[in-house]
Amino acid sequence: MNGLVRRLFGESALIPVASVAIGLLLGAVIMLAGSYNPILAYGSLFSRAFGDMYNLGETIRQITPYIFTGLSVAFAFRSGLFNIGAEGQFIMGAVAAAAVGVLIELPWYTHVPLALIASALAGGLWGAIVGWLKAARGVHEVITTIMLNWIALHLANYIVRSALLEKGMARSRYIHESAWLSNPDLTGLFDNARIHYGILIALVLAALFRFLLWKTKQGFEFRAVGFNPDASEYAGINVKSTFVKAMFISGLFAGVGGACEVLGVFHYQTVSSAFPGYGLMGIAVALIGRNSAVGVVLGAVLIGVLTYGASGMKFGAGVPEELIHVVIALVIFFVAASGIVEWMVRRFRNRNGVVHGHDDASGGR
Amino acid sequence: MQSGIAVEMRGITKRFPGIVANDHIDLQVRKGEIHALLGENGAGKTTLMNILFGLYQPDEGEIFIHGRKVGITGPQKAIELGIGMIHQHFMLVEPYTVLQNIILGAEPRKGVMIDYREALARVRELSAKYGLHVDPHRTIREISVGMQQRVEILKTLYRGADILIFDEPTAVLTPQEIRELMAIMRRLAGEGKTIILITHKLKEIMAVGDRVTVIRRGRVVDSLPVRDTSPEELASMMVGRKVSFVVAKQEARPGETILEIENLTAYDERGVQVLKGLSLDVRKGEILGIAGVEGNGQRELIEVLTGLRKAASGEIRLRGRPVRNESPRRIAESKMGFIPEDRQKRGLVLDFSVGENLVLKNYYAPPFSRRGLLKYDRIFDHAAGLIGEYDIRTPDEKTPARALSGGNQQKVIVAREVAGDPDLLIATQPTRGLDVGAIEFIHRKLIEQRDSGKAVLLHSLELDEILNLSDRIAVMYEGRIVGVLDPRETDEQEIGLLMSGGRAAEGVGNGDEASGHVGDGGEASEGVGNGGEASGEGGNGDGASEGVGNGEETSGGVGDGDDAAEGGGAGHHLGGSGVRA
Repeated sequence: MNGLVRRLFGESALIPVASVAIGLLLGAVIMLAGSYNPILAYGSLFSRAFGDMYNLGETIRQITPYIFTGLSVAFAFRSGLFNIGAEGQFIMGAVAAAAVGVLIELPWYTHVPLALIASALAGGLWGAIVGWLKAARGVHEVITTIMLNWIALHLANYIVRSALLEKGMARSRYIHESAWLSNPDLTGLFDNARIHYGILIALVLAALFRFLLWKTKQGFEFRAVGFNPDASEYAGINVKSTFVKAMFISGLFAGVGGACEVLGVFHYQTVSSAFPGYGLMGIAVALIGRNSAVGVVLGAVLIGVLTYGASGMKFGAGVPEELIHVVIALVIFFVAASGIVEWMVRRFRNRNGVVHGHDDASGGR
Repeated sequence: MQSGIAVEMRGITKRFPGIVANDHIDLQVRKGEIHALLGENGAGKTTLMNILFGLYQPDEGEIFIHGRKVGITGPQKAIELGIGMIHQHFMLVEPYTVLQNIILGAEPRKGVMIDYREALARVRELSAKYGLHVDPHRTIREISVGMQQRVEILKTLYRGADILIFDEPTAVLTPQEIRELMAIMRRLAGEGKTIILITHKLKEIMAVGDRVTVIRRGRVVDSLPVRDTSPEELASMMVGRKVSFVVAKQEARPGETILEIENLTAYDERGVQVLKGLSLDVRKGEILGIAGVEGNGQRELIEVLTGLRKAASGEIRLRGRPVRNESPRRIAESKMGFIPEDRQKRGLVLDFSVGENLVLKNYYAPPFSRRGLLKYDRIFDHAAGLIGEYDIRTPDEKTPARALSGGNQQKVIVAREVAGDPDLLIATQPTRGLDVGAIEFIHRKLIEQRDSGKAVLLHSLELDEILNLSDRIAVMYEGRIVGVLDPRETDEQEIGLLMSGGRAAEGVGNGDEASGHVGDGGEASEGVGNGGEASGEGGNGDGASEGVGNGEETSGGVGDGDDAAEGGGAGHHLGGSGVRA
């Protein structure tokens, strides 16, 4: 079992898995303290998430954007950058896709790709600004990404209001159907849930993430800079341009995620006063997934299931929906504080006599 | 020497996952002696001392302090027992003053206020008693590394330590600072303090130790008086086989010039000019050693040569091709190999595998990459070859470099740089922090490179290394080469003088003479490396007359003890510190 887990998730799998288990357990303790039935609660959460085709489709819809933003944050992390700006890059991608979808009319086989490319460029460039500011001016990316998030939010609103607005509504006009990422065949299969082909794009990008970082020359540079910019400079890698490239790709992931929400779920872009929150949740997803492609997908599944299933918990067991945020927070806490979990795992193993003296988990084979 | 036993450790055993770091170690340290603990990196000496200082708990064994059995549950308890530890990496608050750092956590109080007057009085008393001269009011970031180490020593003394553990104290010091430290240790021992010195440097033990205990692979090999042994014997005990000290090499056969540097100038981050029109050339088939006190522009020179720093003016030619201010990659491709000073920061990506690190500079070229894709099978094949050739001890080529010992990490770097078949190999501090076996290996490789017709530029702060390896020695002082010497016709004295800005021909009076004769109380005079900080304060005049004269040496001018005393400010005077003839 252990070997299987490790092969599936890579060397660092045990800790996130244990963290999730501990998070769920502590959530149960909190429910007990509030005299709710945790078994019933988790049961109804999962049956809400997976119980029928409609809910399964909606769960997948919920998971999809988390994969994109998770990949975005993880990619930046791998290159040594902390991208808090997936939120803004997501919005820029969404508004670019909306513009292409509303303003241009094309056959679907060019319209969808064009919208996706526009969103990739919009998100990528939004990210590249951050990389450029860091490379040229030494501004820390955490500062610039946070600021650019707000600029993106209001810039997107301005674009929707001035160029795409549906009269009398606080949203854009509908995009042309040729730009839709969903179709009746698919939604019909899922009982009219808002599932769309974005999930496939997300999985393809996850595969690309992995390929790019571990199989290509460019990926070698991203990882080298991420681990040690000084040694990378010494080895002849152009660290500054690597920052710009890495932020472009990071932003690209988030931007395409934004496009999929517009093209697949809503088919319009709203004028919004608040962030959708996918970008920030992407940080949690990347953390839980330990910045690996498979990990990010699984992390997105976890967060997606918990978020979407939470309403089931309320109806099934009377547990307030907000409690699920406590559970998510606990999971993130234990992933982040992995030292605690490592210690617990080691103790647990030693007591069971699985390992004698030689702790192969920490031995790093 | 008093005969009381200050520290006795009996049958200490400490196991870590996978290894036994200490295997039934017995150690006896007498009161008032300097007891050296010798062993290679990873032999278990630091573990043993961490147990004594309460940082680890032993799995087995007993500890007696002054004959009384004790359980040392933590550093606080160790301090109560009068044990102090001077760590290799200083634990100081940089923006705080020397005084604040010394009293931190043990401040004398007057009501709720810190009684600085009382603190100052006590610190002054201690520094006078042990010859640990510091300026209590300067901040840590203003003072030299050697000075910071004194602050660390004062910290332990202030807390009442009478057993002092020094963990590899010389790793960060210049040769001059090392000699000053030796003098301080002798003085401390003379005042009845017990000193345990963790080191793998034989020279230091021979210079300062009373007794030595050798540890190899977690076990005690032997414990004996220093005067009854020799560096050769200690080295073979430490490594477990015979070690040669003299680097065997043939006469150099230098050929045409490979590297030419002309009138090079450069500035550091603060805009201070660090290279002031430096000229130098290195020929095929020779090792050119650069000697100098740290901070005279050597680091910047190397950075400019390798493309990591921009030069302001001047010319650098590699095989006649101008390479000044080109990118590190272009320069490397012009067939320059570079073994950097800080192997963990610059030389390796520690989280990358050994295999990836071995192609860190040419991963982008065939056969390791084709059409933008990495060829991992080729990368790992290449690695397997070099691992065998360079005897890199690693489980396999996919192991992260972080998991390797320092010596093996350095072998990875050397293998990579030499495998690139460079015309010029630059090595900076290539053996810093390595044990005897690894040093031997690296030295052999450098000479092999020379003999195979490469130009080798060696920069080291270890004068011995420069003297042993170099075919020509260039001495650097304040951003210039102040002399190029033939190692067969020079000695440590002459080089030391040039390093401190003096001129061999002039002779600077009695100060420099004293500096040459280590062992006759000459430690007193080691003001040489103090940078601008050396100066006397108040009563230093007496000390100066005993052959100190540090002020004028540092400034490079000719002066006498009075000048030194007038220097004022830094208070880095060495008055009596070295007087223990």
